[in-house]
Amino acid sequence: MTNSINELIDSNVIFISGSNTTENHPVIGAKIRQAKKNGAKIIVVDPRKIDIADDADVFLQVNPGTNIALSNAIMNYIISERLEDAEYVKERTENYDELVSVVGDFTPEKAAEICGVSAEDIKKAARMYAEGEKGSIVYCMGVTQHSSGTEGVMSMANLAMLCGNIGIESGGVNPLRGQNNVQGACDMGALPGTYPAYQKVVDANVKAKFEEAWGVELSDKVGLTLTEIVHKAGHGDIKFLYIMGENPMVSDPDLTHVEEALKNTEFLVVQDIFLTETAQLADVVLPAASFAEKDGTFSNTERRVQRVRKAINPIGDCKPDWQILSGVLKRLGIGKDYASPEDVFAEIREVTPSYAGISYDRLNELGSLQWPCPTEDHAGTKFLHVGKFARGLGLFKPAAFKPSAEVPCDEYPVILTTGRVLYHYHTRTMTGKVDGLNAMSPESFVEINPEAARKLSIVEGDKVKISTRRGSVMATAKVTPKLKENVVFMPFHFADGAANALTNPVLDPIAKIPEYKSCAAKLEKVAWDWSEETDGIR
Amino acid sequence: MSMLNITIDGQAIEMPAGSTILEAAKKVGIDIPTLCHLDMEKQFNQQAAACRICVVEVENRRNLAPACATPLMNGMVIKTDTPRVIEARKTVLHLMLSDHPLDCLTCEKAGACKLQDLCYQYGIEESMYPGMQNDFPLDESNQFYTRNLNKCVACRRCVQVCTNFQHTKAIGFGNRGFTTHPVAPFDKGMDASDCASCGNCVSVCPVGALLPKSKEKYRSWEINKTRTTCSYCGVGCQMNLVTKGNKVVGVEPVDGASNDGLLCVKGKFGFNFVDHPDRLTSPLIRKNGELVKATWDEALDLVAAKAKSIRAEHGSEALAGLSSARVTNEENYLFQKMVRAGFGTNSVDHCARL
Ligand code: SF4
Ligand code: SF4
Ligand code: SF4
Ligand code: FES
Repeated sequence: MTNSINELIDSNVIFISGSNTTENHPVIGAKIRQAKKNGAKIIVVDPRKIDIADDADVFLQVNPGTNIALSNAIMNYIISERLEDAEYVKERTENYDELVSVVGDFTPEKAAEICGVSAEDIKKAARMYAEGEKGSIVYCMGVTQHSSGTEGVMSMANLAMLCGNIGIESGGVNPLRGQNNVQGACDMGALPGTYPAYQKVVDANVKAKFEEAWGVELSDKVGLTLTEIVHKAGHGDIKFLYIMGENPMVSDPDLTHVEEALKNTEFLVVQDIFLTETAQLADVVLPAASFAEKDGTFSNTERRVQRVRKAINPIGDCKPDWQILSGVLKRLGIGKDYASPEDVFAEIREVTPSYAGISYDRLNELGSLQWPCPTEDHAGTKFLHVGKFARGLGLFKPAAFKPSAEVPCDEYPVILTTGRVLYHYHTRTMTGKVDGLNAMSPESFVEINPEAARKLSIVEGDKVKISTRRGSVMATAKVTPKLKENVVFMPFHFADGAANALTNPVLDPIAKIPEYKSCAAKLEKVAWDWSEETDGIR
Repeated sequence: MSMLNITIDGQAIEMPAGSTILEAAKKVGIDIPTLCHLDMEKQFNQQAAACRICVVEVENRRNLAPACATPLMNGMVIKTDTPRVIEARKTVLHLMLSDHPLDCLTCEKAGACKLQDLCYQYGIEESMYPGMQNDFPLDESNQFYTRNLNKCVACRRCVQVCTNFQHTKAIGFGNRGFTTHPVAPFDKGMDASDCASCGNCVSVCPVGALLPKSKEKYRSWEINKTRTTCSYCGVGCQMNLVTKGNKVVGVEPVDGASNDGLLCVKGKFGFNFVDHPDRLTSPLIRKNGELVKATWDEALDLVAAKAKSIRAEHGSEALAGLSSARVTNEENYLFQKMVRAGFGTNSVDHCARL
């Protein structure tokens, strides 16, 4: 997030796109509702009539995969009505002309057709966002998990810059991170192209710095992304794979392929707290401690570094991940004996400029610090890009609308979109072990619009077979007016009735994110004697 | 910000305009008991001021003033411990106790109950006003907590938090007078409401009326609390893990920078995975197709040996690692260091993109 969670409460307008906030980031959802009570206008863009849509002043129920068409039309209208922040555009940004030429003929009327919403509502939303003094954009996977995800993200930034909303309090572009420490994993360089603090692996100076710090020669070649790793493993090119705390057997697109790929490695190490679907395929399983059993830090979605503290001793003979990794490092002849996570953090500070001013002592005293925090006397950074952008001028990077890689056809006539539910988390490794949460959400389901269900003779609770070009799974029908007729929704948490056996693994070419949010599918009602096949994937 | 000069129990202090009497008292270390007041209610006009336990005397005012909801005025002279104040507080407690079952011996809340604490503080053993008691049925319909409204002291904290902070508006206040109590719509069980099971009402209930359905029985003096960060989503809510021995038995919200004392259903109630019987407790190595128990040395030696031999035979690019958005910064750092420095490749990623 460029800005902080609590700044939302004082925003004048909040534009929420592709984020089921009240279910996936419930406490932020609560804060958005507090903002509404303070008078903020709320705009919601989503293919489903999610909870927060009830709070919306304008709700745009778009077809999945049409975000860019929508933002281009919003910008078109803002520019044609002269609602943009002309001074900000002039002083703080560049490449505005290209934006004008890309969105120039993309009128709300044109987008209305593509997005499946009314042109009037698009105009209303555009005016509302542009006229709010402090406008905040909040988005999540609904924007990123598309083959044009990177462009979707840029279009959010374009819109914010056009209205002068970056670099001000209670404004900004605010992606909500799904998992507790996605931000930290990225900050720490668990990415193929960057060391900690996003320092590039292809930069010779950076490489030299880390070679010196770690005392070994390093590669200057950008590594493979998760999806590429799985793909290469499938071809036998990745022979040794070490997986920590992840369950790609449920979370990856096109699961059948993932299983083959993992089996195809010569040596698979899985480190986790449970024997997950992925761990069952491993050659070595290393039992890790849960967050309650260890010390450390997490960085939340607003770049806030906070302490994790050990409350109980590790269960059985398991060990905290940091201890396991330090054991492997030692055996590989790298690194020193780390006495504690604080010891590791001291090393992090030395090579991570944005964390250099953060220490356990400061965190214990202040409760948290937001990076960038370059020195010990720095108070941390509440919101970014004040006065100027990291690169100097803000660059408009407009993108023309492209349809999803797979659009409905005669054989697969509806659009399948996926997401999460309130009561579960990711692949249910943790929430699936909590009785109450399981009772609230026991099994996979597919949400269908009542009219669409009627045409297929499907009623609530029916077993339904959902098929795409990747395969078929069974799930229980939930008939709900939350969806339009041409869209169905499945949660991705469940291994039985796994949505990701259906999703399209086609990647965004830049961020390499799979297109989870949109693929073509068909539904069939299933007679009861299918029951012996309800085990899921075929 | 303009400042106000006031006097509280003889001490003259300056406070910013818009502060309450309660805030002034806190600043100089004077203890005023509260019951319905919530810390997240930062403005005086957000207060329900339902319980009147916090009353104080203000010079030149006829009525006692609730400290939590009374804004300071310039020149105000406040007294917090006059006999009249003490009497008023005692009356409040007597009234509350008159409709409260005295089963403290077996109440889960004992030791952490505001009513119990206040009765102790003001030396009240039983109510001066014995009489009729409400008899509400126990509501167990929510998966995560029970409601026993017979213990309710009608402080409205649950309704305040649900309406003004969680904003689910699942409960309101039903009836008036003696039988007043928080209700789900149509006075049905919680399962018939819009309740999102966030548990924020449970966390703020000062008495035993709202209690988590706990697997473990514990007394409030047997537990430890450890402040940490929620391990589910990216909001990073601050919480205390409540432990008894080597077991997590509960979670309570802490007033952190991003959550201000709120949690959601996963953070509040989703902790039983920690000591689930399916937890992995020892390293496993695959032998003849089966995963069998091994020692740490065996497992780690094997991992390192395989990494080295595969690297020697096929080169660094045949190795890769997937890190995790669930583990700590320190662990992510060590993991990418292991892949980069130990395996010799940059093929490290995690599931942020998924
Ligand atoms: S659990 Fe949450 S949503 Fe339900 S009544 Fe309590 S505060 Fe409201
Ligand atoms: S249930 Fe608890 S929080 Fe709600 S009014 Fe009664 S005593 Fe107060
Ligand atoms: S309590 Fe809920 S909202 Fe807060 S961090 Fe945990 S999962 Fe996220
Ligand atoms: S605490 Fe002030 S009226 Fe209840």
